[in-house]
Amino acid sequence: MRASATRHAAKGTHYKAVVIGGSTGGSEALDVILAALPKDFALPILAVQHLHPSDDGSFACNLDRVTQLPVLEPHDKERIEQGRVYTAPANYHMLVERDGTIGLSVDARVNYSRPSIDVLFESAALTWGEALVAVILSGTNADGAKGMRAVKAAGGLTIAQDPASAKYPVMPQAAIEAEAVDEVLRAEEIGRLLAELGVREKP
Amino acid sequence: MNNPKIEPIEIDLLLEAVFRRYGHDFRSYARASIERRIRQFMAGTGCASVSEMIPKVLNDKEFFSRLARYFSIAVTEMFRDPFVYRALREKVVPLLRTWPHFKIWHSGCATGEEVYSLAILLKEEGVYERTTVYATDFNDEALERARAGIYEVSKIKEASRNYQQAGGKASFSEYYHARYDAAAMDGSLKERITFANHNLAADEAFGEMHLVFCRNVLIYFNRELQNRALGLFTESLVHGGFLCLGSKEDIQFSSVSNRYKVVDGKAKIYKKKDTP
Ligand SMILES: C[S@@+](CC[C@H](N)C(=O)[O-])C[C@H]1O[C@@H](n2cnc3c(N)ncnc32)[C@H](O)[C@@H]1O
Repeated sequence: MRASATRHAAKGTHYKAVVIGGSTGGSEALDVILAALPKDFALPILAVQHLHPSDDGSFACNLDRVTQLPVLEPHDKERIEQGRVYTAPANYHMLVERDGTIGLSVDARVNYSRPSIDVLFESAALTWGEALVAVILSGTNADGAKGMRAVKAAGGLTIAQDPASAKYPVMPQAAIEAEAVDEVLRAEEIGRLLAELGVREKP
Repeated sequence: MNNPKIEPIEIDLLLEAVFRRYGHDFRSYARASIERRIRQFMAGTGCASVSEMIPKVLNDKEFFSRLARYFSIAVTEMFRDPFVYRALREKVVPLLRTWPHFKIWHSGCATGEEVYSLAILLKEEGVYERTTVYATDFNDEALERARAGIYEVSKIKEASRNYQQAGGKASFSEYYHARYDAAAMDGSLKERITFANHNLAADEAFGEMHLVFCRNVLIYFNRELQNRALGLFTESLVHGGFLCLGSKEDIQFSSVSNRYKVVDGKAKIYKKKDTP
């Protein structure tokens, strides 16, 4: 893991954002990852976790307890700021606008899911290209595989939770089989890698 | 892989072509969703680039109609967000009751599920006979289906669940007639509803409304078009009239924010102030 972090640091890419997608078993991994990030983490994080349609923001609330970063359920057209965690509201797709704001939609479900990981990842790839890091976590369907391919095709860094360590391996496995994954890591390792990639630059 | 490169300027030009040729204005729609729909259209029709679509749009009306269908996908649900209907029951209906007759404008009604939800609520509160509901959308196909009021049985199951959570007073089965694998909404629910085409990007206000109900339409607009639509709603409402938006929509950052006070922050219900 040290090796991979250094490799990306050596590439000299200045990452601008992180997107994370998870389904069943994904929220535990997300907790681990977010807990590893320092208070001055310099990138925005946009997360889609498949939720029950009636979730009323309690997912975002619970996340808030595990991380030092502010966690919010964005309102429509909210400006994306560094060092914040944005979680897609239940029943809405979350998209990234090219002007750096968040868009929401109630379009049809994608992969039976709304929010869908593909929808977030594909729009984020268009906005951030090679400056994007995408992470796919535990889950029982294939949502996210197409999105990971889009991120990789745009030159971004793609990371899958190690299926062997994921509670449900189907989702990371689907992304790996789609040849859309650069790094396969356990949740703690993902946390450490992101912490390194998101170091705030010293003036 | 169907992820062709699209320059933002190509989208500008395509939307400009659509507007200049057919008068349908999508130029002020939120771009991420529009781009997603253009990509879906391209994948479905085998167009390799947006630039290639522009002459086709200009010269082929049928091609445009197919594209327009992608731009106005009408996805909706009965009693979507049940807590909103509870709030309407508890905080809005008691005031609507004080008017001998009141009018409701339901803008962006899509295929009608929300209008019937509203009609059911008003019936149960005993005020349906005193109201006129104008249900509008700019998508004629959707309006046609709204008028018919026939839905898949799978939708009805979800609807019954939502109806209970919304504080429904009867059994949802009283409001529809099952026919094979479809359910037809009861005719009495339609009595006070007028369906009409209205485009928030082009048309004018409707007068003298007591409640404007417009949910999950503004999220598809950019700020400028949002302000236009909110301006129409404000112009249409009587003093003390109500505005109900989608759960993730807000007037806080709009040009009409000071014209309303908040009735229910979560359900996004606002009341127009007496004086501007
Ligand atoms: C996602 S649906 C929302 C349906 C419903 N209100 C709900 O929340 O379930 C958005 C609707 O807005 C309509 N719409 C989009 N642009 C419009 C415009 N300029 N004028 C009127 N209706 C519009 C679409 O045709 C579609 O039916």
